[in-house]
Amino acid sequence: MDVSGEVKSARDMGLVACTRCTRVWPAGTRSCARCGQRLHPRAPLSLQRVWAWWSLGLIAYVPANIYPMLETRTLVSTQDNTIVGGAVEIARHGSWGIAAVILTASVLIPIGKFLAVAGLALSVAHGSRVSRARRQQLYEVVEYIGRWSMIDVFVVAILSALVQLGAVVSISPGPASLFFAVSVIATMLSAQSFDSRLLWDGPDPSPASRSRLA
Amino acid sequence: MTDTPSDPRASAPGAGSGPASGRVANRVAGRDLASLIACPHCDAVYRAVQPAPRARAVCARCHKVLIAPHRQAGQRLIAVALAVVVLIGAATLTPFLRVEAGGMSNATSVLGAALAFSARPMLMALALAVAALIVFVPVLRALLILYVLTPIVLDRPPARHARAAFRLSEALRPWSMAEVFAIGCAVALVKISDLAQVEFGPAFWMFSALVILIVVQDTFMCRYSVWTSLEK
Ligand SMILES: [Zn+2]
Ligand SMILES: [Zn+2]
Repeated sequence: MDVSGEVKSARDMGLVACTRCTRVWPAGTRSCARCGQRLHPRAPLSLQRVWAWWSLGLIAYVPANIYPMLETRTLVSTQDNTIVGGAVEIARHGSWGIAAVILTASVLIPIGKFLAVAGLALSVAHGSRVSRARRQQLYEVVEYIGRWSMIDVFVVAILSALVQLGAVVSISPGPASLFFAVSVIATMLSAQSFDSRLLWDGPDPSPASRSRLA
Repeated sequence: MTDTPSDPRASAPGAGSGPASGRVANRVAGRDLASLIACPHCDAVYRAVQPAPRARAVCARCHKVLIAPHRQAGQRLIAVALAVVVLIGAATLTPFLRVEAGGMSNATSVLGAALAFSARPMLMALALAVAALIVFVPVLRALLILYVLTPIVLDRPPARHARAAFRLSEALRPWSMAEVFAIGCAVALVKISDLAQVEFGPAFWMFSALVILIVVQDTFMCRYSVWTSLEK
Protein backbone atom coordinates (compact mmCIF):
# COMPACT_ATOMS: atom_id res chain seq x y z
CA MET A 1 0.00 0.00 0.00
CA ASP A 2 2.96 2.28 0.45
CA VAL A 3 4.87 2.95 -2.73
CA SER A 4 8.09 4.28 -1.26
CA GLY A 5 8.87 1.44 1.10
CA GLU A 6 8.96 2.18 4.79
CA VAL A 7 7.86 5.80 4.73
CA LYS A 8 4.29 6.22 5.95
CA SER A 9 2.19 9.33 5.72
CA ALA A 10 0.50 10.77 8.77
CA ARG A 11 -2.87 10.19 7.15
CA ASP A 12 -2.13 6.50 6.55
CA MET A 13 -1.25 6.17 10.23
CA GLY A 14 -4.53 7.66 11.40
CA LEU A 15 -2.83 10.91 12.35
CA VAL A 16 -3.08 14.52 11.27
CA ALA A 17 0.11 16.56 10.91
CA CYS A 18 0.63 20.23 11.71
CA THR A 19 2.25 21.83 8.67
CA ARG A 20 3.55 24.75 10.73
CA CYS A 21 5.39 22.99 13.59
CA THR A 22 5.51 19.34 12.31
CA ARG A 23 3.78 17.90 15.43
CA VAL A 24 1.34 15.03 14.79
CA TRP A 25 -2.03 14.50 16.49
CA PRO A 26 -4.74 11.82 16.34
CA ALA A 27 -6.93 12.22 13.24
CA GLY A 28 -9.83 14.55 13.91
CA THR A 29 -7.91 16.90 16.23
CA ARG A 30 -9.02 20.42 15.34
CA SER A 31 -6.05 22.59 16.23
CA CYS A 32 -2.41 22.04 17.13
CA ALA A 33 -1.82 22.36 20.86
CA ARG A 34 1.83 23.21 20.26
CA CYS A 35 1.52 26.13 17.84
CA GLY A 36 -2.21 26.82 17.54
CA GLN A 37 -2.43 26.10 13.79
CA ARG A 38 -5.76 24.68 12.55
CA LEU A 39 -5.28 21.08 11.51
CA HIS A 40 -6.47 19.48 8.28
CA PRO A 41 -5.32 16.14 6.84
CA ARG A 42 -5.03 18.08 3.55
CA ALA A 43 -5.67 21.80 3.09
CA PRO A 44 -9.41 22.17 2.43
CA LEU A 45 -10.36 23.26 -1.10
CA SER A 46 -6.65 23.48 -1.91
CA LEU A 47 -7.02 23.03 -5.67
CA GLN A 48 -10.05 25.34 -5.91
CA ARG A 49 -8.11 28.11 -4.18
CA VAL A 50 -5.08 27.43 -6.39
CA TRP A 51 -7.20 27.87 -9.53
CA ALA A 52 -9.00 30.96 -8.18
CA TRP A 53 -5.75 32.82 -7.44
CA TRP A 54 -4.19 31.45 -10.61
CA SER A 55 -7.03 32.91 -12.71
CA LEU A 56 -6.77 36.30 -11.01
CA GLY A 57 -3.00 36.29 -11.58
CA LEU A 58 -3.42 35.43 -15.26
CA ILE A 59 -6.18 38.01 -15.80
CA ALA A 60 -4.09 40.75 -14.18
CA TYR A 61 -1.08 39.73 -16.27
CA VAL A 62 -2.86 40.81 -19.48
CA PRO A 63 -3.26 44.56 -18.66
CA ALA A 64 0.19 44.39 -17.04
CA ASN A 65 1.52 43.87 -20.56
CA ILE A 66 -0.85 46.17 -22.43
CA TYR A 67 -0.52 49.32 -20.33
CA PRO A 68 2.76 51.21 -19.90
CA MET A 69 4.92 50.25 -16.94
CA LEU A 70 6.93 53.51 -17.08
CA GLU A 71 6.27 56.96 -18.50
CA THR A 72 9.43 58.88 -19.35
CA ARG A 73 9.25 62.61 -20.07
CA THR A 74 12.26 64.47 -21.43
CA LEU A 75 12.68 67.95 -22.87
CA VAL A 76 11.79 66.77 -26.32
CA SER A 77 9.54 63.78 -25.91
CA THR A 78 7.17 61.72 -23.79
CA GLN A 79 7.51 58.00 -23.98
CA ASP A 80 5.31 55.22 -22.60
CA ASN A 81 7.03 51.89 -22.16
CA THR A 82 5.31 48.57 -21.75
CA ILE A 83 7.31 45.65 -20.36
CA VAL A 84 8.03 44.12 -23.78
CA GLY A 85 8.32 47.53 -25.45
CA GLY A 86 10.97 48.59 -22.91
CA ALA A 87 13.00 45.47 -23.58
CA VAL A 88 12.74 45.95 -27.36
CA GLU A 89 13.87 49.56 -26.93
CA ILE A 90 16.93 48.45 -24.94
CA ALA A 91 17.72 45.76 -27.50
CA ARG A 92 17.54 48.36 -30.29
CA HIS A 93 20.19 50.35 -28.45
CA GLY A 94 22.43 47.30 -28.66
CA SER A 95 22.14 46.03 -25.05
CA TRP A 96 20.99 42.55 -26.05
CA GLY A 97 22.09 41.04 -22.74
CA ILE A 98 20.05 43.40 -20.59
CA ALA A 99 17.05 43.04 -22.88
CA ALA A 100 17.28 39.26 -22.55
CA VAL A 101 17.45 39.52 -18.74
CA ILE A 102 14.37 41.77 -18.65
CA LEU A 103 12.40 39.51 -20.98
CA THR A 104 13.36 36.45 -18.92
CA ALA A 105 12.44 38.03 -15.59
CA SER A 106 9.22 39.77 -16.64
CA VAL A 107 7.85 37.51 -19.36
CA LEU A 108 9.36 34.01 -19.38
CA ILE A 109 9.36 33.51 -15.60
CA PRO A 110 5.76 34.70 -15.01
CA ILE A 111 4.47 32.54 -17.87
CA GLY A 112 6.58 29.62 -16.63
CA LYS A 113 5.02 30.03 -13.17
CA PHE A 114 1.49 29.94 -14.58
CA LEU A 115 2.32 26.78 -16.54
CA ALA A 116 4.06 25.12 -13.57
CA VAL A 117 1.26 25.79 -11.08
CA ALA A 118 -1.37 24.63 -13.59
CA GLY A 119 0.67 21.51 -14.33
CA LEU A 120 1.03 20.67 -10.63
CA ALA A 121 -2.69 21.16 -9.95
CA LEU A 122 -3.61 19.06 -13.00
CA SER A 123 -1.16 16.33 -11.97
CA VAL A 124 -2.96 16.00 -8.62
CA ALA A 125 -6.34 15.75 -10.30
CA HIS A 126 -5.39 13.53 -13.25
CA GLY A 127 -2.07 11.86 -12.38
CA SER A 128 1.26 12.46 -14.05
CA ARG A 129 4.14 10.68 -15.68
CA VAL A 130 6.60 12.88 -13.78
CA SER A 131 7.88 11.47 -10.49
CA ARG A 132 6.53 12.95 -7.26
CA ALA A 133 10.00 14.05 -6.17
CA ARG A 134 10.46 15.98 -9.43
CA ARG A 135 7.07 17.66 -9.05
CA GLN A 136 7.91 18.55 -5.45
CA GLN A 137 11.13 20.17 -6.72
CA LEU A 138 9.17 22.09 -9.33
CA TYR A 139 6.79 23.31 -6.63
CA GLU A 140 9.71 24.50 -4.49
CA VAL A 141 11.21 26.41 -7.41
CA VAL A 142 7.87 28.12 -8.10
CA GLU A 143 7.47 29.02 -4.41
CA TYR A 144 11.03 30.33 -4.24
CA ILE A 145 10.85 32.41 -7.41
CA GLY A 146 7.42 33.89 -6.65
CA ARG A 147 8.45 36.82 -4.49
CA TRP A 148 11.43 37.70 -6.71
CA SER A 149 9.02 38.71 -9.47
CA MET A 150 8.21 41.81 -7.41
CA ILE A 151 11.59 43.14 -8.59
CA ASP A 152 9.91 44.72 -11.63
CA VAL A 153 7.55 46.70 -9.41
CA PHE A 154 10.39 47.78 -7.10
CA VAL A 155 12.48 48.92 -10.08
CA VAL A 156 9.58 51.11 -11.24
CA ALA A 157 9.34 52.53 -7.69
CA ILE A 158 13.06 53.32 -7.51
CA LEU A 159 13.20 54.84 -10.99
CA SER A 160 10.18 57.07 -10.49
CA ALA A 161 11.30 58.25 -7.06
CA LEU A 162 14.83 58.92 -8.25
CA VAL A 163 14.53 60.26 -11.77
CA GLN A 164 12.69 63.51 -11.05
CA LEU A 165 15.03 65.96 -12.74
CA GLY A 166 12.57 68.69 -13.61
CA ALA A 167 12.51 69.47 -17.32
CA VAL A 168 15.58 67.36 -18.13
CA VAL A 169 14.03 63.96 -17.53
CA SER A 170 11.38 62.57 -15.23
CA ILE A 171 9.97 59.08 -14.90
CA SER A 172 6.60 58.21 -13.43
CA PRO A 173 4.93 54.85 -12.82
CA GLY A 174 2.36 53.60 -15.32
CA PRO A 175 -0.86 51.71 -14.59
CA ALA A 176 0.74 48.39 -15.58
CA SER A 177 2.78 48.46 -12.34
CA LEU A 178 -0.41 47.94 -10.33
CA PHE A 179 -1.61 45.05 -12.53
CA PHE A 180 1.83 43.47 -12.49
CA ALA A 181 1.93 43.62 -8.66
CA VAL A 182 -1.56 42.11 -8.42
CA SER A 183 -0.49 39.36 -10.83
CA VAL A 184 2.65 38.54 -8.81
CA ILE A 185 0.81 38.54 -5.47
CA ALA A 186 -2.05 36.40 -6.83
CA THR A 187 0.45 33.91 -8.26
CA MET A 188 2.22 33.75 -4.87
CA LEU A 189 -1.12 33.09 -3.14
CA SER A 190 -1.96 30.47 -5.76
CA ALA A 191 1.30 28.62 -5.07
CA GLN A 192 0.81 28.97 -1.30
CA SER A 193 -2.70 27.50 -1.58
CA PHE A 194 -1.28 24.35 -3.13
CA ASP A 195 -0.92 21.62 -0.50
CA SER A 196 2.19 19.79 -1.70
CA ARG A 197 1.16 16.76 0.38
CA LEU A 198 -1.41 16.08 -2.35
CA LEU A 199 1.47 15.27 -4.72
CA TRP A 200 2.51 12.43 -2.44
CA ASP A 201 -0.95 10.90 -2.08
CA GLY A 202 -0.95 9.69 -5.66
CA PRO A 203 1.17 6.82 -6.99
CA ASP A 204 4.69 7.41 -8.21
CA PRO A 205 4.97 6.55 -11.90
CA SER A 206 8.71 6.17 -12.29
CA PRO A 207 10.50 3.03 -11.01
CA ALA A 208 13.83 4.85 -11.26
CA SER A 209 12.86 7.45 -8.68
CA ARG A 210 11.43 4.73 -6.43
CA SER A 211 14.76 2.92 -6.16
CA ARG A 212 16.52 6.21 -5.53
CA LEU A 213 14.21 7.10 -2.65
CA ALA A 214 14.13 3.71 -0.95
CA MET B 1 21.29 13.99 -5.05
CA THR B 2 23.84 15.09 -2.53
CA ASP B 3 21.55 15.37 0.48
CA THR B 4 19.98 11.93 0.22
CA PRO B 5 20.32 10.68 3.77
CA SER B 6 22.25 7.44 3.65
CA ASP B 7 21.87 7.54 7.41
CA PRO B 8 18.59 9.32 8.07
CA ARG B 9 18.65 10.92 11.52
CA ALA B 10 14.92 10.81 11.66
CA SER B 11 13.94 7.18 11.39
CA ALA B 12 10.61 5.88 10.21
CA PRO B 13 8.46 4.58 13.05
CA GLY B 14 7.32 0.99 12.87
CA ALA B 15 9.76 0.38 10.05
CA GLY B 16 10.11 -3.22 8.99
CA SER B 17 6.91 -4.44 10.57
CA GLY B 18 3.85 -4.05 8.44
CA PRO B 19 0.86 -3.71 10.75
CA ALA B 20 -2.43 -2.25 9.62
CA SER B 21 -2.43 1.52 9.77
CA GLY B 22 -5.02 1.61 12.55
CA ARG B 23 -2.82 -0.50 14.80
CA VAL B 24 0.16 1.73 14.20
CA ALA B 25 -1.89 4.70 15.29
CA ASN B 26 -2.88 2.89 18.45
CA ARG B 27 0.63 1.84 19.20
CA VAL B 28 1.95 5.39 18.96
CA ALA B 29 -1.10 7.02 20.53
CA GLY B 30 -1.02 9.42 23.41
CA ARG B 31 2.22 10.81 24.77
CA ASP B 32 4.19 8.86 22.22
CA LEU B 33 2.94 11.19 19.48
CA ALA B 34 5.18 13.92 20.88
CA SER B 35 8.23 11.98 19.69
CA LEU B 36 6.99 11.86 16.08
CA ILE B 37 7.55 14.46 13.39
CA ALA B 38 5.67 14.82 10.11
CA CYS B 39 7.22 16.38 7.02
CA PRO B 40 5.04 19.42 6.27
CA HIS B 41 5.77 19.05 2.55
CA CYS B 42 4.94 15.39 1.93
CA ASP B 43 3.28 14.15 5.16
CA ALA B 44 5.90 11.43 5.83
CA VAL B 45 6.13 10.57 9.53
CA TYR B 46 9.39 9.92 11.35
CA ARG B 47 10.49 9.38 14.91
CA ALA B 48 12.27 12.64 15.68
CA VAL B 49 15.89 12.23 16.72
CA GLN B 50 17.65 15.46 17.62
CA PRO B 51 20.60 15.67 15.20
CA ALA B 52 24.03 16.74 16.36
CA PRO B 53 24.74 20.48 16.03
CA ARG B 54 25.39 21.43 12.39
CA ALA B 55 23.90 18.11 11.23
CA ARG B 56 20.46 18.05 9.68
CA ALA B 57 17.51 15.70 9.64
CA VAL B 58 16.29 15.45 6.06
CA CYS B 59 13.03 13.95 4.84
CA ALA B 60 13.91 10.66 3.13
CA ARG B 61 11.05 11.11 0.68
CA CYS B 62 11.09 14.75 -0.48
CA HIS B 63 14.58 15.74 0.78
CA LYS B 64 13.38 18.87 2.59
CA VAL B 65 15.26 19.75 5.78
CA LEU B 66 13.16 18.97 8.84
CA ILE B 67 15.50 19.75 11.74
CA ALA B 68 18.71 21.79 11.48
CA PRO B 69 19.87 22.99 14.87
CA HIS B 70 22.90 25.28 15.11
CA ARG B 71 24.97 26.08 18.14
CA GLN B 72 24.01 29.48 19.52
CA ALA B 73 21.41 29.88 16.79
CA GLY B 74 19.25 31.87 19.21
CA GLN B 75 21.94 34.47 19.95
CA ARG B 76 22.82 34.79 16.27
CA LEU B 77 19.19 35.20 15.23
CA ILE B 78 18.71 37.90 17.89
CA ALA B 79 21.80 39.74 16.66
CA VAL B 80 20.60 39.54 13.05
CA ALA B 81 17.08 40.70 13.98
CA LEU B 82 18.49 43.70 15.86
CA ALA B 83 20.69 44.57 12.90
CA VAL B 84 17.73 44.30 10.52
CA VAL B 85 15.67 46.71 12.62
CA VAL B 86 18.51 49.24 12.83
CA LEU B 87 19.45 48.95 9.14
CA ILE B 88 15.93 49.27 7.79
CA GLY B 89 15.18 52.11 10.21
CA ALA B 90 18.23 54.05 9.06
CA ALA B 91 17.88 53.18 5.38
CA THR B 92 14.25 54.19 5.37
CA LEU B 93 14.86 57.75 6.41
CA THR B 94 18.27 58.71 5.06
CA PRO B 95 18.91 59.40 1.34
CA PHE B 96 19.76 56.26 -0.38
CA LEU B 97 20.44 57.05 -4.00
CA ARG B 98 21.16 60.33 -5.73
CA VAL B 99 21.11 61.14 -9.45
CA GLU B 100 22.49 64.05 -11.42
CA ALA B 101 21.88 65.01 -15.03
CA GLY B 102 21.90 68.28 -16.91
CA GLY B 103 22.69 70.29 -13.78
CA MET B 104 19.66 68.95 -11.91
CA SER B 105 19.90 66.47 -9.04
CA ASN B 106 17.55 64.46 -6.92
CA ALA B 107 17.89 62.04 -3.98
CA THR B 108 15.46 59.53 -2.55
CA SER B 109 15.10 57.42 0.58
CA VAL B 110 13.76 53.88 0.66
CA LEU B 111 10.40 55.11 1.89
CA GLY B 112 10.43 57.72 -0.86
CA ALA B 113 10.80 54.93 -3.41
CA ALA B 114 7.77 53.14 -2.01
CA LEU B 115 5.72 56.32 -1.99
CA ALA B 116 6.63 57.11 -5.62
CA PHE B 117 3.41 55.31 -6.56
CA SER B 118 1.32 57.68 -4.45
CA ALA B 119 1.79 60.40 -7.11
CA ARG B 120 -1.13 58.80 -8.97
CA PRO B 121 -4.38 58.25 -7.04
CA MET B 122 -4.91 54.97 -8.89
CA LEU B 123 -1.61 53.63 -7.56
CA MET B 124 -2.12 54.71 -3.91
CA ALA B 125 -2.83 51.12 -2.80
CA LEU B 126 0.33 49.98 -4.52
CA ALA B 127 2.35 52.63 -2.64
CA LEU B 128 1.08 51.28 0.68
CA ALA B 129 1.67 47.68 -0.36
CA VAL B 130 5.25 48.39 -1.45
CA ALA B 131 5.99 50.31 1.76
CA ALA B 132 4.66 47.32 3.72
CA LEU B 133 6.66 44.75 1.74
CA ILE B 134 10.02 46.51 1.93
CA VAL B 135 9.84 48.35 5.29
CA PHE B 136 7.05 47.46 7.70
CA VAL B 137 6.81 43.69 7.26
CA PRO B 138 10.59 43.05 7.53
CA VAL B 139 10.80 45.25 10.65
CA LEU B 140 7.71 43.67 12.23
CA ARG B 141 9.10 40.21 11.53
CA ALA B 142 12.45 41.06 13.13
CA LEU B 143 10.67 42.50 16.20
CA LEU B 144 8.52 39.36 16.54
CA ILE B 145 11.63 37.17 16.35
CA LEU B 146 13.29 39.27 19.07
CA TYR B 147 10.17 38.97 21.23
CA VAL B 148 9.97 35.19 20.82
CA LEU B 149 13.66 34.26 21.01
CA THR B 150 15.00 36.56 23.74
CA PRO B 151 13.30 34.71 26.66
CA ILE B 152 14.27 31.33 25.15
CA VAL B 153 17.94 32.32 24.88
CA LEU B 154 17.91 33.68 28.45
CA ASP B 155 16.38 30.39 29.68
CA ARG B 156 13.26 32.18 30.85
CA PRO B 157 9.72 30.90 30.32
CA PRO B 158 8.32 31.90 26.89
CA ALA B 159 6.94 35.43 26.55
CA ARG B 160 3.17 35.94 26.67
CA HIS B 161 1.54 35.02 23.36
CA ALA B 162 4.95 33.89 22.09
CA ARG B 163 3.31 31.14 20.04
CA ALA B 164 0.96 33.57 18.31
CA ALA B 165 3.89 35.93 17.71
CA PHE B 166 6.02 33.22 16.12
CA ARG B 167 3.06 32.01 14.07
CA LEU B 168 2.59 35.54 12.71
CA SER B 169 6.30 35.87 12.01
CA GLU B 170 6.20 32.61 10.02
CA ALA B 171 3.10 33.70 8.10
CA LEU B 172 4.81 36.97 7.16
CA ARG B 173 7.96 35.27 5.86
CA PRO B 174 7.08 35.27 2.14
CA TRP B 175 5.90 38.89 2.36
CA SER B 176 9.12 40.27 3.79
CA MET B 177 10.84 41.54 0.65
CA ALA B 178 13.64 43.85 1.76
CA GLU B 179 16.24 41.69 0.01
CA VAL B 180 14.20 41.59 -3.21
CA PHE B 181 14.10 45.39 -3.11
CA ALA B 182 17.88 45.49 -2.65
CA ILE B 183 18.37 43.47 -5.83
CA GLY B 184 15.81 45.73 -7.52
CA CYS B 185 18.12 48.67 -6.74
CA ALA B 186 20.92 47.02 -8.67
CA VAL B 187 18.64 46.51 -11.68
CA ALA B 188 17.38 50.10 -11.52
CA LEU B 189 20.96 51.39 -11.45
CA VAL B 190 21.80 49.49 -14.62
CA LYS B 191 18.76 51.00 -16.30
CA ILE B 192 19.60 54.62 -15.48
CA SER B 193 23.36 54.47 -15.75
CA ASP B 194 23.30 55.92 -19.27
CA LEU B 195 20.60 58.45 -18.39
CA ALA B 196 22.18 60.13 -15.39
CA GLN B 197 25.09 60.11 -12.95
CA VAL B 198 24.29 57.99 -9.86
CA GLU B 199 25.66 58.46 -6.34
CA PHE B 200 25.25 55.92 -3.54
CA GLY B 201 24.18 57.08 -0.10
CA PRO B 202 25.05 55.19 3.10
CA ALA B 203 21.58 53.66 3.12
CA PHE B 204 22.38 51.89 -0.15
CA TRP B 205 25.22 49.99 1.51
CA MET B 206 22.98 49.31 4.50
CA PHE B 207 20.44 47.65 2.26
CA SER B 208 23.16 45.61 0.58
CA ALA B 209 24.25 44.35 4.02
CA LEU B 210 20.64 43.45 4.65
CA VAL B 211 20.61 40.93 1.80
CA ILE B 212 23.46 39.03 3.47
CA LEU B 213 21.83 39.26 6.92
CA ILE B 214 18.56 37.84 5.64
CA VAL B 215 20.36 34.89 4.06
CA VAL B 216 22.11 34.29 7.42
CA GLN B 217 18.75 34.49 9.19
CA ASP B 218 17.28 31.80 6.96
CA THR B 219 20.27 29.52 7.52
CA PHE B 220 20.13 29.64 11.29
CA MET B 221 16.38 29.57 11.75
CA CYS B 222 15.32 26.04 12.75
CA ARG B 223 11.56 26.19 13.12
CA TYR B 224 11.34 22.80 14.76
CA SER B 225 13.78 23.88 17.49
CA VAL B 226 11.86 27.09 18.17
CA TRP B 227 8.50 25.32 18.42
CA THR B 228 9.85 22.65 20.73
CA SER B 229 11.39 25.24 23.02
CA LEU B 230 8.11 27.15 23.11
CA GLU B 231 6.37 23.94 24.16
CA LYS B 232 8.35 23.63 27.41
ZN1 LIG C 1 1.59 22.94 15.22
ZN1 LIG D 1 8.98 15.17 3.08
